[in-house]
Amino acid sequence: MKPLLDIRDLNIRAGDKPLVSNLFFTVQPGERIGLIGESGSGKSMTAMAATGLLPPSISVSGSIELDGQQVVGAADRVMNRLRGVAAAVVFQEPLTALDPLMKIGRQIAEPVRRRLERDGRRASKDVVQREVRDLIDKVALPQPERIINSYPHEVSGGQRQRVAIAMALACRPKLLIADEPTTALDVTTQAEILKLLDQLVRETGMALLFISHDLPVVADVVERVIVLKNGIAVEEGPVGAVFGKPQHDYTRTLVEAARLFDEALGATGS
Amino acid sequence: MVLFVLLRLLPGDPANALLSVGADAAQIEKAREQVGSNLPLWQQFLRFAGSLARFDLGTSFVSGKPVIEEILARLTVTVPLALMGFLLAVLVAVPLGILSAVKANRWYGGLISTVSQLGIAIPVFWVGILLVTVFAVTFRLFPSGGFPRRGWQNEGQAFYALALPVMTIGLVMGASLLRYVRSATQDVLGSDYLRTARALGASFPQALVRHGILNGAVPIVSILGIELATTLLGAVVVERVFALPGLGSMLLLAIEQRDYPNVQGVLFISTLLVLLIGFAADLTQRLIDPRLRERAVGGNA
Amino acid sequence: MSPVETSVSTRGQRHSLALTVGLALVGINVLVAVLTLLWTPYDPLNASGGRLEAPSLLHWLGTDRLGRDLLTQLMIGARTALLVGTGAVAIGAAIGVSLGVLAAFATRLADDVMAATLDILIAFPTLLLAMLVVAASDSASLWTAILALGLAISAIVARLTRILAKRVLRQDYIVASRTSGTSWAGVVLRHVLPNIWPTLSVNFALQFGLAVIAEASLSYLGLGAPPPNASWGRLLQEAQGTVYTAPIGAIAPGIALVALVIGMNLLADGLRDIADPTRGRSR
Repeated sequence: MKPLLDIRDLNIRAGDKPLVSNLFFTVQPGERIGLIGESGSGKSMTAMAATGLLPPSISVSGSIELDGQQVVGAADRVMNRLRGVAAAVVFQEPLTALDPLMKIGRQIAEPVRRRLERDGRRASKDVVQREVRDLIDKVALPQPERIINSYPHEVSGGQRQRVAIAMALACRPKLLIADEPTTALDVTTQAEILKLLDQLVRETGMALLFISHDLPVVADVVERVIVLKNGIAVEEGPVGAVFGKPQHDYTRTLVEAARLFDEALGATGS
Repeated sequence: MVLFVLLRLLPGDPANALLSVGADAAQIEKAREQVGSNLPLWQQFLRFAGSLARFDLGTSFVSGKPVIEEILARLTVTVPLALMGFLLAVLVAVPLGILSAVKANRWYGGLISTVSQLGIAIPVFWVGILLVTVFAVTFRLFPSGGFPRRGWQNEGQAFYALALPVMTIGLVMGASLLRYVRSATQDVLGSDYLRTARALGASFPQALVRHGILNGAVPIVSILGIELATTLLGAVVVERVFALPGLGSMLLLAIEQRDYPNVQGVLFISTLLVLLIGFAADLTQRLIDPRLRERAVGGNA
Repeated sequence: MSPVETSVSTRGQRHSLALTVGLALVGINVLVAVLTLLWTPYDPLNASGGRLEAPSLLHWLGTDRLGRDLLTQLMIGARTALLVGTGAVAIGAAIGVSLGVLAAFATRLADDVMAATLDILIAFPTLLLAMLVVAASDSASLWTAILALGLAISAIVARLTRILAKRVLRQDYIVASRTSGTSWAGVVLRHVLPNIWPTLSVNFALQFGLAVIAEASLSYLGLGAPPPNASWGRLLQEAQGTVYTAPIGAIAPGIALVALVIGMNLLADGLRDIADPTRGRSR
């Protein structure tokens, strides 16, 4: 099977400073992969490079094939056809990721309308409205009427992230890139959003590239993980194996830290 | 209130302006009664506030005509001048400002921002003089100054007379406005919501139009209000350069002649205009930005 | 608000360039101004040639309509401009910073009143306020112009100081320091002023430029320093009438003025980047 995302010998640098070095990995259609590392390890940079959204001051070399199309050095025109179709992104900070001056209903309608037009269907108001309602139901947002007519600042952080997920779903992408989608949320909301993502990915059968600094968060959602440190992949494998028998010191410290944190949480929580 | 204090700071008794040198004590007293400067200060202030509320600005010491009449006549020069200059500035600043931010890495992007730096370093009157030198003296395209005696009854000539003054205001204001448009555009370009739109398949121009225009407009609107107020009040210099009979030249003349009712009237009307413009800008901002609307409601609660 | 930018060069290079050019432009002005105290090419007050002479080896910029050497006038204008800028900013800073700090410490009501008053004052352009102050004093002199501009600037400085100082006072360590009994004055001297100084100094440099422009405008309107104080604004006003026969008189003072103001602005940009290297303006 041809991989959906095929990254070969990826190097990303800002000026002289290497951010990602000699990275190889693939995502098969429907596969769920976690990209793990602490902040500054280059995991978000990799995701941005895959969608061709890195600022021009950052240079990329190597090969990134997204849905059979070379991304490195591709013209914006080419990328515009790819973004949303091959891959859509959910970002970390849902407050700033949404346009503060546009009602949520209209923001979700934007990608819906784009997709309909791309598929050559007439994007009539009714059809778009119905799809927006469906999406809001899908991400389990309460009071759809109120949400549609609200501005992003009028709903809670968790609800905002659900809106962002709905917008990504609206594109019906083959690959969903989730860039630390739960980091800005509190622990309860975090669990809810994770459950939602997990369920949606299984239902729609799309592939998932989940980026996080938090091992346990990733463990429940993905099948395979890649551990990045300072832009270098230090470990890769099925999530159980990496967790159960971490090979690399760095992974071991990550696992250990997560275990200690859980214990502390368990001790105070119950 | 502030206006009253400022005007009271002007030295000498306003009554003096009514009298010739060498008037005797009785005459002075009579004059003081006439302008009310014999009353205690707080009574003066009440009279002042009361007549302003009725738009009664008194009569000029020099011409003896009602102040409000002269102001209205002169507003027909100043308001079109300021509005057209403002319009020109917006037409120059908005497209160029956006261009210079979007194409910052091209030579013309850099050039635009460099030239706009001149905007805050050049005195308005010098731009006026230079434009006169080029367009009126060298090429003889436009008149170097003055305004048709019959005013707007002769529209063509009135516009013709305002061409260079409008250009002067438009260029200087446009340059300073451009810098704000540019920085607002930069903010939009670096925003997360633009990145989201792009990541979900919107093309760059599409995303910029959909999300950029309103978001960029919020800070620009308040700057526009300030700039328009500044143009109205700052017209005094441009009117001097081009010898236009506007509000600014009225103020200048009134100051020279110590014609207090005129000074006071001009200041009152311009303050009113400035407040109105500020209010309009505020309102526009709230219409655009729902977050500001809420803060206003929440602030009262 | 950003300086001349060339996006390719690194930040460091660009900043030192702004600072160097700024220093050079202002430096030349200072040198010329000091020189005029000791020597000028000609007597500034009396005719030294024919009227409205074209530029020549004897008179590099020609003469004005009274036959006075234009270069001499221009050089003295540099001195006036520096005096105005420095004086106005000094007055504005002294009054503005004191008021601003007071407002930051004042009770809610006093602070609100002060903020509202400042807002109204600032709605008026510096020039207009200065015009009124000059009109209020019976005789126009260089010092009234400086005082007037200084007062107008003080409103702007006071508002900025108030906002900055309040921001500093909200910081946790200041609150801690105040509750632990550090005196009012101690807090101001040790914490507030050092913290707000970088931003203030940049603003002072900008206000300097604005004061120079405003003084030129006042002089141009006939409300500035009376002769024999040569001011670039008055030179321009005098030259406007004779622009047809002697265009250089309407150009040279303007260039001198713009050079000084741009120099000051570049200096402000350079200072800002030194004071706050973390603030990224280009993404």
